Amino acid sequence: MDRALLIISTICFLGAVVRTGIALRAGVFRPGKFNFLAIGAGFVFQTAFLSVRGHAVGRCPLTNLFEVFIFLAWSVALFYMLVGPTYRLSLMGAFTAPLVVLLQGFALIASIDIPHLVKLPANPSLEFHASVSLVAYGAFALACIAGVMYLVQERQLKTHHLHSIFYHLPPLTDLFAAITRLLWWGFVLYTVGIVSGFFTGRPLPRVQVVAAIGVWLLYGAILQGRHLRRIAPKRVAALCIVGFSVALTLLWGITFSAQTRSMP
Amino acid sequence: MNLFCIGLSHHTANVETRERFAAGARAECSLRAAGCAEALVLATCNRVEVYGASEKRVSTDEIAQCLLQKSAASDSGRGDALPFYRYEADKCIQHLFRVASGLDSMVVGETEILGQTKKAYQSARASGVVGPWLHRLFQRAFRVAKQVRTHTEITRGSVSVGSVAVDLAEKIFGELGNCRVLILGAGETSERTARALISRGVSDLRVSNRSDDRARELAQRVAGQAVRFNAWPEQCREIDILITSTSSEAPLLTPANLEPMLSDRIDRPLFIIDIAVPRDVDPRVNEIEGVYLYDIDALQSVAEQSLEMRRQQIASAEAIIAEHVADFLERVSYDLNRTSRTGGHSPLASSSLRASRL
Repeated sequence: MDRALLIISTICFLGAVVRTGIALRAGVFRPGKFNFLAIGAGFVFQTAFLSVRGHAVGRCPLTNLFEVFIFLAWSVALFYMLVGPTYRLSLMGAFTAPLVVLLQGFALIASIDIPHLVKLPANPSLEFHASVSLVAYGAFALACIAGVMYLVQERQLKTHHLHSIFYHLPPLTDLFAAITRLLWWGFVLYTVGIVSGFFTGRPLPRVQVVAAIGVWLLYGAILQGRHLRRIAPKRVAALCIVGFSVALTLLWGITFSAQTRSMP
Repeated sequence: MNLFCIGLSHHTANVETRERFAAGARAECSLRAAGCAEALVLATCNRVEVYGASEKRVSTDEIAQCLLQKSAASDSGRGDALPFYRYEADKCIQHLFRVASGLDSMVVGETEILGQTKKAYQSARASGVVGPWLHRLFQRAFRVAKQVRTHTEITRGSVSVGSVAVDLAEKIFGELGNCRVLILGAGETSERTARALISRGVSDLRVSNRSDDRARELAQRVAGQAVRFNAWPEQCREIDILITSTSSEAPLLTPANLEPMLSDRIDRPLFIIDIAVPRDVDPRVNEIEGVYLYDIDALQSVAEQSLEMRRQQIASAEAIIAEHVADFLERVSYDLNRTSRTGGHSPLASSSLRASRL
């Protein structure tokens, strides 16, 4: 039942991707209501999946790599729903949907949905730590997407070759302001996530702590460079992509190793 | 009832010929006298067209005479073969939809024509020369134009150098209200570009010129402030947009003298519009991070890209128009058939238009 909800959700996001692809092929890109509605529907089914799964496992559904990926995809969609319309970044949907499809598609295809043999006891502080950290990842993912949009536009402006998509991108300075805000939201949430990790009542593996602090330092450095005007906007945009790639790899590594350790 | 369009446009007539007939644009009343049940004159700088509905066929010459009557009666004896085109029934409908959508315009996709068509319609309606046929036709034309604009990229991008520069500025900075602009060289082109920026909200303008007097004059005209010519490089620390059009033989701005000034403003882009020939800015400046340099050729190239993009959209726009022409004809014939079956009265049925004729 819950997998069916997830498949429907993935199809909704895929609909947005296909429509964008067709529009781009035809040379006419129009970020209409369809993308927003498709992503909205996908988000509703994602939420339903997480709710059903949460009831089944009796806690926040972050018990294996599969659930972590879906929760991350949900966070990305959540931030898009919050940020997209607010900052008129309607085109962001065209960039958000492929990432969500990638995350959910991988989770559905790979055999990573391994249930725990013993039902894990509920631990509100641990669940809070994990969920807040993943929501922060959602903000970082969207900052990464905004970074891609920034670089696409910057490249077209530099080379003087403007494609149809250029006219639908938000102004460069607005996009950079959105990147900065997303980085701050992500950083604050991630800080809360890390700090709350020390109050879970159980010892955290050293590798996890080091990796988490590494990601925190990386984003802290980007924000510091931005604040002190030491890093140019183009580099901030590129660093958002690098930062999220690193964070995602570490997240996968941490969750995978934790899952392997918990297996009998 | 015949539905027809007779006219001349930039495709068929030169400006001198168009002028002769444009002056008679208020000839709708004479057109009625010539046998038109309904008539509307659309006169713009690029076209003079008469849209009409008549019981009997009104010849092209009669229409031309009506247009000439009020304007250049004395010129009517020129005797040249008049370059008028004539469209009837479905061709007339299609032509109007194309005109209103900007497909028949000199600059494909321009939107001014829609406003001009609306104005012509309102004026004719106020004169009482528009009846149910033209009313229905023009209302549909406005709908078609709107749909073409929404569903294709026919109006996308700017096609003149000045508007390209302003549009690019908006794509970089968003709202231009907080932008600081330096005009280097008090020429006419700089002034035009500056005025275009002012129209989009720019209020902080600085003008620098080799001759301080000319700088002050231009600054006064654009409500800006004059900057001494030897002080302009320092302005690059503060400004967002630089418009240069001096007659200098050597580049005034090079990476070597610009880069040190940008260190304080690393998070703010600098947009340089170099409309001088020979160029005032070394092209290598465009390689500096955060600097976007557009010379006259680059602006022209963007304008051409936009025009090309618009041309590529013509097929999609034509498809929308074809759909509407077919639908319009179908609806008209349906209404006519229904009213003839029921013997009821409708404004359209009161005319003797046969659906088959359309």
